[in-house]
Amino acid sequence: MSAHPASATSVPVAPRAGIRLPGVGAGLGRGTVVLYLSVIVLLPLAALTSQAFEDGFSAFWTQVTSPQAVRSLELTVGASLIVVAINAIFGTIIAWLLVRDEFPGKSAVNAVIDLPFALPTIVASLILIELYGAHSPVGIDIALTRGAVVVALLFVTLPFVVRAVQPLLIEMDREMEEAAASLGAGGLTVFRRIIFPNLLPGLAAGVALAFARALGEYGSVLLFAGGLPDTQVSSVFIRSQIESGNNVGAAAVSVVLLSAALVMLAAITLVQRWASRHERSSGGGLTVMPMSGTDFTAEKDDDENR
Amino acid sequence: MGITVEEASKRFGDFQALNDVSIEVPNGSLTALLGPSGSGKSTLLRAIAGLEALDAGRVLIDGEDVSKKPTQKREVGFVFQHYAAFKHMTVFDNVAFGLKIRKWKKQETSRRVHELLQLVQLDGLAGRFPSQLSGGQRQRMALARALAVEPQVLLLDEPFGALDAKVRKDLRSWLRRLHDEMHVTTIFVTHDQEEAMDVAGQLVVMNEGRVEQSGSAADLYDHPANEFVMSFVGEVNRLGEHFVRPHDMAVALDRDEGSEEAMVQRIVALGFEVRVELVLGDGTEVWAQLTRAELQKLELREGQIVYLRPGQAKSFSDETLVA
Amino acid sequence: MRTASSARSRWSLRTLGLGYLALLLLAPLLLIFYRTFEHGLAPPLEAITSPDGLHALKLSLLMVAIAVPLNTIFGIGCALLLVRHKWKGNAAIDAIINLPFAISPVVIGLSLFLLYGTKGWLGPTLSEVGIEILFSVPGMVLASIFVSLPFVVRETVPILQEIGTEQEQAASTLGANAWQTFWRVTLPAIRWGVAYGVVLTTARVLGEFGAVSIVSGSRSGETETLPLFVQKQFDNFHFAGAYAASVLLALLALTTLLAMNVLKRKEDA
Repeated sequence: MSAHPASATSVPVAPRAGIRLPGVGAGLGRGTVVLYLSVIVLLPLAALTSQAFEDGFSAFWTQVTSPQAVRSLELTVGASLIVVAINAIFGTIIAWLLVRDEFPGKSAVNAVIDLPFALPTIVASLILIELYGAHSPVGIDIALTRGAVVVALLFVTLPFVVRAVQPLLIEMDREMEEAAASLGAGGLTVFRRIIFPNLLPGLAAGVALAFARALGEYGSVLLFAGGLPDTQVSSVFIRSQIESGNNVGAAAVSVVLLSAALVMLAAITLVQRWASRHERSSGGGLTVMPMSGTDFTAEKDDDENR
Repeated sequence: MGITVEEASKRFGDFQALNDVSIEVPNGSLTALLGPSGSGKSTLLRAIAGLEALDAGRVLIDGEDVSKKPTQKREVGFVFQHYAAFKHMTVFDNVAFGLKIRKWKKQETSRRVHELLQLVQLDGLAGRFPSQLSGGQRQRMALARALAVEPQVLLLDEPFGALDAKVRKDLRSWLRRLHDEMHVTTIFVTHDQEEAMDVAGQLVVMNEGRVEQSGSAADLYDHPANEFVMSFVGEVNRLGEHFVRPHDMAVALDRDEGSEEAMVQRIVALGFEVRVELVLGDGTEVWAQLTRAELQKLELREGQIVYLRPGQAKSFSDETLVA
Repeated sequence: MRTASSARSRWSLRTLGLGYLALLLLAPLLLIFYRTFEHGLAPPLEAITSPDGLHALKLSLLMVAIAVPLNTIFGIGCALLLVRHKWKGNAAIDAIINLPFAISPVVIGLSLFLLYGTKGWLGPTLSEVGIEILFSVPGMVLASIFVSLPFVVRETVPILQEIGTEQEQAASTLGANAWQTFWRVTLPAIRWGVAYGVVLTTARVLGEFGAVSIVSGSRSGETETLPLFVQKQFDNFHFAGAYAASVLLALLALTTLLAMNVLKRKEDA
């Protein structure tokens, strides 16, 4: 943080300057937070990792490389990549429509984007089966196929790219595009050279998060794609291993998924650091997650007190 | 309530904001802490309020050492540059805040709040929210809020910095009149020397964490302790070792003993005063401030050679005054 | 740029984007509403008011009632800590808080299962003092807390950063102590962000499926939340029940979206 006294947000930690936490010193507060996080998050994950390697690394490896484990991982990763690519494109288009276009019902559409965030995944599975399964009114039956995996993942990862790109589009300085146009650049060129590079950080973060989500998705895939060997994603595989009592196997594959998740999170943080090197101060070193429910009105909120 | 600061020092990481600073603020006075950005004036003010903790030194309010007292016990009124209005509270609730903390009864609170709102001429806006007020109104509200609890000391941190020039001037004279009425020991921070000289009885000029000089406006202007103070508190020309105020620069058409030759580069009429930009033989650029009458008498033209005679120059290497 | 070709591309973009949304989101949702009430109001109503259905609803609400306040208090406290107090460990805390966004619910469920199971680190000890975590409410609560951990923190942090400390400093110059400042100045300033975070947390807890499914054993009438109820009904071919519960959850989801919309506007105001 800035060492300059003019920085309005720097407050020394010395007690007489005003304790921020009611009645508790920062140390005690920190301790509570760390305790809470340890009990809720760290301890369970540690137990998981410990179980995965309980019988040694070779046992871990055997489990992870078992035919079905590998098949499910291949399906999971493959489907996730496809899904993320598709939603990157559609997500950007939709974000564009929400920010730059005007049409009746826009605010409803903007609200509905978050449906996959708010709807329980099992319900998503159900509604997808209804429309695109055995009793489909439009005759499309992709239930219990690999296509079902893709469609289910498309559903749950839809909001990520939209919500990551929207704020960037809103904030983007129109004047850059106008300058490019005045220099002779056509629509597509402007998009390719001006707009897209500015959206890249948001796109990358949204894609990373969507990918992590897709890898681990369970509820929406469960009913729609089923659990047969050919259409079994890793999460369903892990579940079946738990049911058969193979805790080590379940834990092993879980560790693989967990590692992938960690890598994705690290990637997001890095992308944000890299992106904010151009910008004024962003988030003070804390990661900004593409969250749901962006207010898409194009007026950037003016902080009147500054 | 007089304020004394003794040998205050404060650093932020590598940056030494205050370096052994000592000042005396007389009871009931209106003092300005004047200096450029980074001079430490805000830090000093905040240290007096207890919003910054000093690494070394003491702060005494009315003779009592308050260095260990937390802000909320020091009874200092503080006004921030960006108002620090409680955005979610009405004007009334903002001003009443300190009173509510002190558990004043509803009726008394209401009486006092309205009294203050009248004083700052915001009567009738009690039910509004800060976002509905102009900058000047918000600052007046902030002042009323600070005064509501009858503080021993009033501290203002660049109070008019965020406002338009016209509003700034209005609030300036308004602050002076307020002080005349209320006689609360007041310290305000500014980087605008005109503002400081207009409002304050005493000025403390700071630079790079130190006090350069303190005194009345006239003292600082006529008897600056060093080059920094002289150039900060007014316009200055440098002629070799000497520093001359533009209005002390006598312009003559004939050479005289001790006068310097210069060529008129540009003549700018700025309202009631005239600015004559000149260049010396060695290439140094200076300017003289003349009245219209003087200009007409001399009938100066661009390119003309004239002779400059400093009326009063200061030299800080040997401290002698050249008449 | 109002040329004919740009109007055309505008329309093709709209068709593409909105069409995609319609096919993926809207159509399935509408269909389920139709299917549920296809044979009238009675069948779904009957299914949802069955003992198991009601219990599932109550259990889901219980999860919310416990997990949401805990995560809200934690969230506000943690946000204050992260924004107002610089500490080397802040980045680590930040990273851990983000984990629930990226970890599979099944992995979460499994890790709780292993920690509190009969062969786990804490399982046996807790059993001895009579505390059963797995296959009962406590375990489900822990799972709910894990998955919904980040929302209040994430929504509160940017607001705290934006409002800065000046209002709080002003409050202390006016004589307010730390608690008074927090209660009268800080909390009101962040309230819409917190509210928004609470809505997101609630939605997440209500909708949680994978982790709770592993941890609870999904015993009907005992450890079955509404989403688990949906699965059980579907597996047993009781489609009316499955649809009814789904519609209920979908309505809750839509209410959530509405609340999010309203609160987001207040937050940005």
